[in-house]
Amino acid sequence: MHGRPRKPLKPVDEAAVAAKAEKLRALQSEFLSNHQNKIYSKEAVELSAKLLEINPELYTAWNYRKLAVQQNLAQCESDPESVNSILDEELKVVENALRQNFKSYGAWHHRKWVLEKGHSSMDKELGLLDKFQAMDARNFHAWNYRRFVAALMKRSDEDELEHTQNMIDKNLSNYSAWHNRSVLLSNLMKKAAPGFTSKDEVLTREYELVREALFTDEDDQSGWFYHLWLLDQTVRSEFPLLVSSWPVEGSDISLPAADYLDGCASMNVFHYSSRNFPLVLYFNQSVRGVNSSTVSVSCGFNLNIDLIWKPLSSTDSQSAKVWATHLAIPDAELHSSEAYQVEVKVGFSQGIVSTTGVAYSHPSQISFQLHLQKTPLESGQDSRFGRIQWKDDCFAVYEPGSAEPDLVNLLDNLTIKNEVESTASTWQARIIDDETNIFRDLLDCKIGKLTVARLLTAYNSLRPLDKPVHCKEVLELYSELMKLDPSHYQYYKDNHSLVLLQQLGSFEKLLWVQMLDLSNNELQSIEGLEALQLLSQLCLSNNKFRSFTALESLRYLKSLKVLDISQNEIGSHSIDTTRYLFRSPLSHSVGSCDWNINYLSSETYWEAFFVLKDMGLTQLDVAGNAITSKSFNVFLEKLLPTLKWLDGVEVN
Amino acid sequence: MGELAADKHVKYILAVEKRKDNFESAVLEHLRMNGAYWGLTTLDLLGKLDAVDSNEIIEWILKCQHESGGFAGNVGHDPHILYTLSAIQVLALFDKLNVLDVDKVSTYIAGLQNEDGSFSGDIWGEVDTRFSYIAICGLSILKCLDKINVERAVNYIISCRNVDGGFGCTPGGESHAGQIFCCVAALAITGALHYVDKDLLGWWLCERQVKSGGLNGRPEKLPDVCYSWWVLSSLTMIDRVHWISKEKLIKFILNCQDTENGGISDRPDDAVDIFHTYFGVAGLSLLEYPGVKAVDPAYALPVDVVDRIFFGK
Repeated sequence: MHGRPRKPLKPVDEAAVAAKAEKLRALQSEFLSNHQNKIYSKEAVELSAKLLEINPELYTAWNYRKLAVQQNLAQCESDPESVNSILDEELKVVENALRQNFKSYGAWHHRKWVLEKGHSSMDKELGLLDKFQAMDARNFHAWNYRRFVAALMKRSDEDELEHTQNMIDKNLSNYSAWHNRSVLLSNLMKKAAPGFTSKDEVLTREYELVREALFTDEDDQSGWFYHLWLLDQTVRSEFPLLVSSWPVEGSDISLPAADYLDGCASMNVFHYSSRNFPLVLYFNQSVRGVNSSTVSVSCGFNLNIDLIWKPLSSTDSQSAKVWATHLAIPDAELHSSEAYQVEVKVGFSQGIVSTTGVAYSHPSQISFQLHLQKTPLESGQDSRFGRIQWKDDCFAVYEPGSAEPDLVNLLDNLTIKNEVESTASTWQARIIDDETNIFRDLLDCKIGKLTVARLLTAYNSLRPLDKPVHCKEVLELYSELMKLDPSHYQYYKDNHSLVLLQQLGSFEKLLWVQMLDLSNNELQSIEGLEALQLLSQLCLSNNKFRSFTALESLRYLKSLKVLDISQNEIGSHSIDTTRYLFRSPLSHSVGSCDWNINYLSSETYWEAFFVLKDMGLTQLDVAGNAITSKSFNVFLEKLLPTLKWLDGVEVN
Repeated sequence: MGELAADKHVKYILAVEKRKDNFESAVLEHLRMNGAYWGLTTLDLLGKLDAVDSNEIIEWILKCQHESGGFAGNVGHDPHILYTLSAIQVLALFDKLNVLDVDKVSTYIAGLQNEDGSFSGDIWGEVDTRFSYIAICGLSILKCLDKINVERAVNYIISCRNVDGGFGCTPGGESHAGQIFCCVAALAITGALHYVDKDLLGWWLCERQVKSGGLNGRPEKLPDVCYSWWVLSSLTMIDRVHWISKEKLIKFILNCQDTENGGISDRPDDAVDIFHTYFGVAGLSLLEYPGVKAVDPAYALPVDVVDRIFFGK
């Protein structure tokens, strides 16, 4: 089915082909009859061998031969010579079939089945494998079979590692060999085998080895992914750390006495509009085990029940980078001035573990003050029922280097001060530095530029508490790559965007935000926004959102009241690229009983249903999307009883 | 550029269904059930499923069912999980899942799960992540996913994840676009995509696009239209499909058509077959090519068929 020319190279003898087909059909028909009637005579079994030589994909014939073998083995009563001769025959049939098609799953499996009966010398198998790998060093069946044989022979990982070295020495362009090397090396490092205990030494050796592959042919991808893996191994932070929280250590927070919407919040004192007060913990990697035993919260008022911490992850119910809980704040008594001191202690008892199995071992304490206000703050009008408009005067503009050091200091102070040594002065930094210098020599080509950009980014990840450096250079490299490799333009653009975001300070520094305007960008995803638990007003208009399923993160924002998703591409695309990154019956991540049949109109708006159904939105804008129509708006009004404004019009 | 010769492809598929005299159809006789799925799904994507006699096909499908509950590739052959899924998918296309004894089929599939969570293809024990996908997809369509140990099934798939972000057939197996599709789709259906490093795998997948605009299945291999499905559906499920050039891929697929006799081949000017015709059209569907219905990247069936199963109507 692959690689045959459309116009045959020589004229086709129609009659001969038809005769060949007829003969094959006759053989197959006879074979199936033997199989149905369980006939395992010598002739019948030979017929199956003939068939498998013509067509090794005829899986029923392999099954048939196994049945014949089982019967013959039973009859010869374990006489070793007979057993060997029976199994030898099978190995021969497999070899003949593989000669016809050395990618035949059925043939390779049959050989494994025979070997599991304890036959064939393993050296013979390795010899056979060497032959196959010489013909095609990328045949993954052969590599899988080699793994199988090595396990049966109990060959050491070190010996197999040497084999990959031999393959690479023969030909650097052998992705399969690099892949197998990564598997063996991971194993050896994991079990701390002698000679593989110093990560520094092991990685330095491997960098040298793969460098040749990258420099020999700049377009050959064989070493690219191996090099990226080495880089990940170099900078990967082993220890789970708390990097940010809300509230922040030392903050002073005012809570108003009644629910109302405040359009603007001032910086040092945070106003919050609900009695359900969120606590957010932001880690540097996905962790599990955050609960009321591992995180203790003490405040002036009694918490009658254990707090329930939830991981903010759309599909994982056990672990996440960001965890949140809510405190139920009691009503303030008249004439009393209540100020509570709250202490959150993270990880003073064991139990928080990263998904890679490393225990959290840097206990942190976050203390802050809560002031309950008895009278509502002064505001010009009762903004409870007013419509929020996304005007520029809702926001204060901060120029970098302006006379407003407070914001800058504030953003800097939002990160947790860990007593963890920055690894910037260790072997990791040395390797990154060396590699960067070497790869600057390759700067004229795609892999050179991409690798330098990644190395500079990796350097920053070694120093998470410091301001990122080299940003301008990295942004320039990605811009150059967009021109150099236009097929992958969007890949470089997305990376470029990430660097821009990191310069600002990514989501971990924005946990305090209540009103956010992301309009007029080119966003198609808001992954990560679920961490902003205080968000009550969000504008996403004039972006590139294609579906309601792209808004999964919003399902975690319990305080969201105002949402603007107007002027996007919802309903314009036949293919939904976030369909499975979304909790729905399709991915078995919500109960099917949650799909309420009452919401069926002539169109099924299940995506909008799941995103919006539990939201208490008061204001929603959806105009300028292909999905909008009279019936869609009717559906929305039914779904959201709290809605007061839809597309700028008051709802009745 | 060239256009999709949809009518020619429809005629080609209908003709192949009937041809029995050539060598190719003899050699592929054992996987006719797969062929039915490829051909009929393509017809549905092109809006021409009504061109076939569904009753005749369903009758033949049921003849291929074994007493164990599994389906064979053709009448008289042995049952296997591969053909069981194709049978379920074809019945779903015709909205005739009700002809099945759901309990019987689902018990057959569930019975192929092993201790470590992996799945065998049949009683002879070959293990491969393709079979994990098949079991999960098939049981999900039959609404019987709880008949297997989903947690262990997911754990086995993760054990086949490689450092490049991709997946192989068995633990330690090299990443290959076909296996990646199977594993990513299985994780999608079981709500477990958080185990996929989307940026890492996304880069590996988008680098399958070579200079000609076509996609290969792994590094330093030739492009092939069938990877327009496996790479593209994987990219779609993890929301990274914008990382390749859609225009160049569309051009490559269209160049693989035989615009005279119908059908699509693996590479331009190669012989056409049903397999590549399906993957070419399904790829164009994922690229939102006009005139082709939307295909679901995880279940590999038209979106309206999948929505009908899960949301009723």
